Amino acid sequence: MSKINANFNLNKRRKIFGKTEVFTFKGGIHPDDMKGSTETKAIVDIEAPAELVFPLQQHIGAPAVPCVEVGQRVLMGQKIAEAGGFVSANIHSSVSGTVKAIEQRLHPSGTKVQSIVIENDGLNEVSDELIPLDEETVSPQEIIERVKAAGIVGMGGATFPTHVKLSPPADKKIDYVIINGAECEPYLTSDHRAMLETTDEVVRGLRLILKALAIKDGYIAVETNKQDAIAKLKSCVQSDADYNIKIVAVKTKYPQGSEKHLIKAVTGRSVPPGKLPMDVGVVVNNIDTCAAVARAVIQGKPLIRRIVTVSGDCIAEPLNFRVPIGTPFSHLVEKCGGFSKTAAKLIMGGPMMGVALSSVDVPVIKGSSGLLAFSEEMAKTQQTASCLRCGKCVSGCPMNLLPNVIKEAVCADDLEKLTKLNLGDCIQCGSCSYVCPAEQNPLQYVRTGKAKLARQEVKA
Amino acid sequence: MENLKEKLIVTESPHIRDGNTTGGIMLDVIIALMPALIAGVFVFGYRAAALAVVCVGACVFFEWAWCKIVKKQVSIGDFSAAVTGLLLAMNLPVTMPFWMAIVGSLFAIVIVKQFFGGIGHNFMNPALAARAFLLTSWAQAMTTWVQPFTKVAFFSNADAVSHATPLAQLAQNVDTVSQATSASDAAVAELPSYLDLFLGTTGGCIGEVSALAILIGAVYLICKRVISIKIPAAYILTVAALTFVFGGNDGLFSGDALYHVLSGGLMLGAFFMATDYVTTPYTPNGQIVFGIGCGILTAVIRLWGGYPEGVSYSILLMNVATPLIDKYTAPKRFGVVKEKKGDKKNA
Repeated sequence: MSKINANFNLNKRRKIFGKTEVFTFKGGIHPDDMKGSTETKAIVDIEAPAELVFPLQQHIGAPAVPCVEVGQRVLMGQKIAEAGGFVSANIHSSVSGTVKAIEQRLHPSGTKVQSIVIENDGLNEVSDELIPLDEETVSPQEIIERVKAAGIVGMGGATFPTHVKLSPPADKKIDYVIINGAECEPYLTSDHRAMLETTDEVVRGLRLILKALAIKDGYIAVETNKQDAIAKLKSCVQSDADYNIKIVAVKTKYPQGSEKHLIKAVTGRSVPPGKLPMDVGVVVNNIDTCAAVARAVIQGKPLIRRIVTVSGDCIAEPLNFRVPIGTPFSHLVEKCGGFSKTAAKLIMGGPMMGVALSSVDVPVIKGSSGLLAFSEEMAKTQQTASCLRCGKCVSGCPMNLLPNVIKEAVCADDLEKLTKLNLGDCIQCGSCSYVCPAEQNPLQYVRTGKAKLARQEVKA
Repeated sequence: MENLKEKLIVTESPHIRDGNTTGGIMLDVIIALMPALIAGVFVFGYRAAALAVVCVGACVFFEWAWCKIVKKQVSIGDFSAAVTGLLLAMNLPVTMPFWMAIVGSLFAIVIVKQFFGGIGHNFMNPALAARAFLLTSWAQAMTTWVQPFTKVAFFSNADAVSHATPLAQLAQNVDTVSQATSASDAAVAELPSYLDLFLGTTGGCIGEVSALAILIGAVYLICKRVISIKIPAAYILTVAALTFVFGGNDGLFSGDALYHVLSGGLMLGAFFMATDYVTTPYTPNGQIVFGIGCGILTAVIRLWGGYPEGVSYSILLMNVATPLIDKYTAPKRFGVVKEKKGDKKNA
């Protein structure tokens, strides 16, 4: 690893104009962060509604397999679906009640997915499936087992099962853990609030993750627009003989929270195309994921709640909620005082990479970091004009691709050229489409191009 | 649910845009050209403004007419034709007959821009190509320079007093000096001072005389992130370096770089024409290569070429090289780490 990291020393930051240099990456964009309406609002705990829906697919990997039957009574925190493979995750009920149905229900992705429907009895009877463990004496293996049992996945939106990240193959030596508190998506403040209000859980979660990986060095990376979170974390962290934990300020820039770019900013290491963070000795986890690890180990709580920011120009009172997973988004909107004006577009997640919902009656799942409601005015797409060759997409692309050339190649159906344009590197951050003055959507062409190449491979 | 549209808009991400549009960018360029135009009117009189109005009007009209004739969507709303017209006017001497300016506008819009597919598809800067076209067609009219602050008649330029541009004077002086046995024998014309060049009280095209006015506009464009400093900086620094090294009468390193930078169309060209999106590289490194290329060509033409001025031809030549530059300056793939020699041995 030393070859990658030869000249990089985190402790040696240059001072420019009297300010300590903040690390970042090349490219990217600077959208208005729009976090003002929720960043100072404390997390509100929300009561579960009468009916909750748990899709069996809430994570990357194989869908979970139901382990309850229709009519069966379940307790809060009881496992209702079992991981369907190594890359998969358990699902737990977030309320006590009765299994009403196991059927196809609308998923935030817009398709119908097999889901477990639970009728809430309002008793909140807690299951004691997972017993609290002593964080001092727990073994690395026990931590990984617990993370797996608790169904923890990456809660920044990618929903990759966390126990897989904590179990690197024997030949991959891990040097650092980075906790991703960049939260570079506009509007979203769920991680920000988690850093402020559950600081202790975040830090203890990081220590447990470090313990699970048997390493010492952990970083919590936070964008500079969250100075209060940086200060709070710094006051709660003390390095000791066992762990060396540092809070790193990274530049406020989109997509700073992209795994590869965060690694670049914090450690100076480059994750080569097609490789994983563990290939350069780094494991990255989201803030809320980290807190969930602490809760699972120390309190014996599976992943049944998450923090969701509800915002956007149509929300009467934007708020941050701690929501039982399975709650429909419509319930959150009601708790915010409803829509203040006609909402034309609902987005799960941030405005740059989130998923547009086709209905407000889909459930909050493990990867739902936010719900945004946009008016027609905000959501309408502009008429596209000819490409000006201005190059804003080229200089904005954090992966150094050529979005304008990709677009041309896709339009010309030039598959040979497409294969040379490294489409596979695209992280779909949408920076190219965001900056385009001709209102074109190069990202959409990248998606089309990827599909075209995949189809060609199938044929061949 | 109340206040929720029955059919929600469902599109792929991203769901927000930065709000910049082609029209907005072109409007910024027009705003940024205003100081230079005002300086031109101040130095050369109201005919300069009239010429600008004629060029802009003609360009917009030809754009509209072409779109109507070939039945495509009328694109004058993006203001790109207006920018072309304004830039063309900036590149004309104040005495240019109106009808010639109109012919130039026709050439810029129809032949250079629309024949190749309209905005985004032309491979040369329309205003500069029209200037080159006018220069070869009506060389006399294109090189009639008047003394600053002389009254210019609107429709006849018979009484215009011909006056050499600073660069023509400089070229003449260098020639005279090199032919004369000693510098004192030669009739060296008095060159305008740096201050004259900076403020614009010299002969030249309407928009190029005042470096100050151009810089004001350039700062506006850079602050609004319409242009990046890369091309103009690379261009101007290259010209300064080469004219300093090779441009002097007393051997190498005796040239008057500041004089070269401030005079002629360099400032206008570097900030407003070499930064045209359509005809310059889109890769960040390519933009620097483009700027240096323009600088080398300009210096070569100015120092050793037949013309006193070389800005427009250098930019046009580099326009043609743009696809090639883009091809070889594509940004390096993210995450690829150069392998050091030692590592290869280990592997």
